[in-house]
Amino acid sequence: MSVANRPSNRPLSPHLQVYRLPLTANLSILHRATGVALAVGALYLATWVIYAASGPRGYAVFQSFNSSILGRIVLGGWLFSLFFHLCNGIRHLFWDAGYGFELKDASRNSWIVVIVALVATAVSWIVGLRLV
Amino acid sequence: MVDRRTPLARARGLGSAKAGLGHWWAQRLTAVALIPLVVWFAISLVMLSGADYATVRAWIGSPLVMVLLILTIGVGLHHAQLGVQVVVEDYTDGAWRLSLIVLVKFIAVLFGLSAIVAILRIGFGG
Repeated sequence: MSVANRPSNRPLSPHLQVYRLPLTANLSILHRATGVALAVGALYLATWVIYAASGPRGYAVFQSFNSSILGRIVLGGWLFSLFFHLCNGIRHLFWDAGYGFELKDASRNSWIVVIVALVATAVSWIVGLRLV
Repeated sequence: MVDRRTPLARARGLGSAKAGLGHWWAQRLTAVALIPLVVWFAISLVMLSGADYATVRAWIGSPLVMVLLILTIGVGLHHAQLGVQVVVEDYTDGAWRLSLIVLVKFIAVLFGLSAIVAILRIGFGG
């Protein structure tokens, strides 16, 4: 048996297509994705006040998009992105201060971030739809 | 945490890349400021669900809301352009990198200033 074919017990580096990423890694990717989404969302927020200043007709056009199915999906995604990026951002600030790096802690507070973000989004939607 | 830097390095505060501390610090400072601002804004937005044009304008035009809204949009866009700059730096290089970063910063300033003018116009009636 040649050297190249000899079975090896040496660890392989994780390959993205076969390796199941841990929750912490997925949340890291999601933090960046929601950050980019919120950057676009901030422009949308600016557009909202610009339309509000422009007059009732312009604002009606803007609102008709918001109350459409696509608009609702965009706003829902925007709110989830906001809550997730907020919760995970607070976790990042704790990391910056040197806390929460232990694997067990990082894993546990990953779940806290996900649950708080989902609950905040759900509560916002329930309250919002009751008011409409 | 143990600080392994020399006193001179700490005083200069530049790090190994000789740049970037200002960016890092601005990102954190805006993050901390955005925690209360974003919570306030999210609650306000939910409470405004289904509000008509006049209600929204009256809300935007009240003095406290004007200040908080200008802060939210201004600090938020600053935080956003700092973050998007890092994303651009991670995935592009050369002329693309420079052009995209300049574009991102121009867009942030343009939308931020337009939003502030809009808020002031609603508040002071124009």
